[in-house]
Amino acid sequence: MDMNEIKEIFFQECEEQLAELESGLLKLNDGDRDPETVNAVFRAVHSIKGGAGAFGLDDLVSFAHVFETTLDCVRSNKLEPNQDVLKVMLKSADVLADLTNAARDGGSVDEARSKQLIRELEALANGEMSAAAEAPVARAAPVAAPVPAATPAVNDEGFQPIPFSFDDFGDEEQPAESGVPTYEILFRPKSELYAKGNEASLLLRDLSRLGEMSIHCDTDALPLLEDMNPEEAYFAWKISITTDKGEDGIRSVFEFAEWDCDLEIRAVEKKSEAGVEAQDELPMQPVPFDLSILDEPTDVIVSEPEPVSPASAADFGSNVVPMAGAGRDEAPASEQRAAVAQPAAGPAAASAASSAAAAPTIRVDLDRVDRLINLVGELVINQAMLSQSVIENDNNGLSSINMGLDELQQLTREIQDSVMAIRAQPVKPVFQRMSRIVREIADATGKSVRLVTEGENTEVDKTVIDKLAEPLTHMIRNAVDHGLEPPEKRQAAGKNPEGTVRLTAKHRSGRIVIELADDGGGINREKVRQKAIDNDLIAPDANLSDEEIDNLIFHAGFSTADKISDISGRGVGMDVVKRSIQALGGRISISSRPGQGSVFTMSLPLTLAVLDGMVVTVAGQTLVVPLTAIVETLQPEASAIHSFGASQRLISIRNSFCPLVDVGRILNFRATQANPVEGVALLVESEGGGQRALMVDAIQGQRQVVIKSLEANYTHVPGIAAATILGDGRVALILDVDAVVAASRGQSLKQEISLAATG
Amino acid sequence: MQRLDDEMTNKAKTFAEGREIIAFRIGDQEFCVDIMSVREIRGWTPATAMPHAPHYVLGVINLRGAVLPIVDLSLRLGMKAAEPTMRHVIIVAQVGAKTAGLLVDAVSDILTVTDANLQPTPDIASDLEKNYARGILAIEGRMICMIELEALFPQIESEAA
Repeated sequence: MDMNEIKEIFFQECEEQLAELESGLLKLNDGDRDPETVNAVFRAVHSIKGGAGAFGLDDLVSFAHVFETTLDCVRSNKLEPNQDVLKVMLKSADVLADLTNAARDGGSVDEARSKQLIRELEALANGEMSAAAEAPVARAAPVAAPVPAATPAVNDEGFQPIPFSFDDFGDEEQPAESGVPTYEILFRPKSELYAKGNEASLLLRDLSRLGEMSIHCDTDALPLLEDMNPEEAYFAWKISITTDKGEDGIRSVFEFAEWDCDLEIRAVEKKSEAGVEAQDELPMQPVPFDLSILDEPTDVIVSEPEPVSPASAADFGSNVVPMAGAGRDEAPASEQRAAVAQPAAGPAAASAASSAAAAPTIRVDLDRVDRLINLVGELVINQAMLSQSVIENDNNGLSSINMGLDELQQLTREIQDSVMAIRAQPVKPVFQRMSRIVREIADATGKSVRLVTEGENTEVDKTVIDKLAEPLTHMIRNAVDHGLEPPEKRQAAGKNPEGTVRLTAKHRSGRIVIELADDGGGINREKVRQKAIDNDLIAPDANLSDEEIDNLIFHAGFSTADKISDISGRGVGMDVVKRSIQALGGRISISSRPGQGSVFTMSLPLTLAVLDGMVVTVAGQTLVVPLTAIVETLQPEASAIHSFGASQRLISIRNSFCPLVDVGRILNFRATQANPVEGVALLVESEGGGQRALMVDAIQGQRQVVIKSLEANYTHVPGIAAATILGDGRVALILDVDAVVAASRGQSLKQEISLAATG
Repeated sequence: MQRLDDEMTNKAKTFAEGREIIAFRIGDQEFCVDIMSVREIRGWTPATAMPHAPHYVLGVINLRGAVLPIVDLSLRLGMKAAEPTMRHVIIVAQVGAKTAGLLVDAVSDILTVTDANLQPTPDIASDLEKNYARGILAIEGRMICMIELEALFPQIESEAA
């Protein structure tokens, strides 16, 4: 593994630490005063600083250092984490994230901003520097690893006491002098200590740097091998140390571990070393223990005989996805359980569910997962082909082959579901990013906004998550900028001057539903209506329902803000959001109540690898129409078809006229228009918001299909979104509804295939 | 990967030592391609027609999960359209970064040839033939036209480059 790979892992860990930092700060912001939360926040910053130091990322280190110093004041109760303090800290977390990104991808950060924050942080810290903030960088290493379940080295069955000499540290510390107090320490780690990636031997090594010490390992609690739980902590240490650093100095060694171990420190009157050894407290001779084997700080984690070494598991390289053990179905049902399943679960999980905190996770290269998913897709298709050919060749339908095939079908479905679940990730990272956006826009608009997120552990396919960030950002900006009123106006309306934006995710009937609700003024229907009339979107005398008016905001080039601000209102508005949601196979709707706010509801598929489609026949060809595009299907009657102009035809549906689009004609499958009465019309909604009736010859059925790329070996085909393989093994094309509708306006699809140009 | 492909193409262009080729029949003519660009040979299966495709693209088939375009090589070379039967074969060939299926009548031979066997394309040929023909091989009294696959699919080449 070269340096770059290690660095890449560091940055991945940084991302986790930053997420933890932010969620911790937000918890504090909500009034959580659990010392463990403060500690988690501190740990996150400290780890980033430590890692950054190892890679010589000076900007990052210096900022993290100041940040850490201020956090330490909070931790030691010198600074009350009130709203103002947390505001600065949240901003600092954002800057820290920027600095991390800049360190990884190059690029620059807003230096003025970080300098300003450094000043603010220093002002908060008030010049109070504690020993903890100066802690040696090397100590961050064990914490930096996102260790879900590090098993203590000491209860490995092959444990042997290791000879140990303090000579290694002799040059660093002065030998004990008479007059220097001696302390006796009882150090009994709990299993949580190891679960958080701390390591007793490292603590002991740090301790040994304080002065002359002797150590005795208490193995009384060690059960028989067969009774032993490998993740439990069984050892305790009795240490006698002669140091001039005082009890505080000793405590600072255990500062990361204090809550996860029993620690007793008491001063011993006796000064002589011999006396210490002779004491009753230490019935056995100190076990010699060579600490020099631990003297490779960069290797501390992998050098331990841990059964699961997160550092080596993370060796896979760049594109890794942390996998959670919990199935996605559980996620909404039991958020706490799901939270535990996450790698480096938040501080809440650590304290509330420490017993379950060990749900093991691994990091796997995304390519490997995708390859597996592809193969399973093949398996499903193959199984369907096999079933079909057996049915064709076997008429009695009762043979044992059929039973076996049924079982095979069930198994393949199950495999497919579980494989898809691997790609499923909690939406948490995206939601977390949103909190930053809310902060920034609230700052820019002078509004006071609170973002409440729910169901952030709801899982959905990684590609969906990646593509969700952009539309969601846009909507959040809109909600804060347009949705929420300024504080004065809110107060006048008798509302809390602080606006609330609520972001929720949940599973509903095989899809993920994301809701974005604000408690702002709701949609100003009069204004929207006027705007639509001004922009010629509707006729001045059009009679629209409230719902229809609300949906006007999804029209292209529609923005209701009087002033065009930096944040939103650049003309690309909700229509872009709607299109990107539709591109994901999703739908978006809005409901708004004047004075009470608006709710945007997005419903998205759980995965992009498969698609629910309607299999139809057009001019002898089998096509798949994405189900999400279809509003309804109907059998046109001759009386409902009206000719319009030279070649256009309209169909009347409940007293409104809708253009008929002959799919076979658009795709050049036939030269003349088909008779609509003989076919079926699929009423679809296109990106422009208008409805079109797509004419197909017949509907074969509804099926879930695996999406295959056409571009891989061929080229993009206008009107065709992708291909799939049906049960009979043949390729069927998936219709690009938007392109077909757009083409119906301009007669035919653009012929842009370069293959054609070379005849 | 791309560099490797280029290397392979360059190597194929200079037949210093013997190179293997696959010879196949279209109608009464024989053609051949470098064996290195052939991935597999399989039987004909009905293809799904593609809208707005050039006339020589018969459609796409499922090759173990990948969508593979099928080209009627006869039509592509300016000859009459093939009427595919079960006896026709598809040569699955790698062209640049993409894979395509070439419909031919039958595979006739695998031969080892050297530079000495390869004669330049005669002057009489039209532009179309000149573009795709890399040269003519004279072997045991047969005439085999060596096809430059990249020339048949220029868009694939330019994308890959």
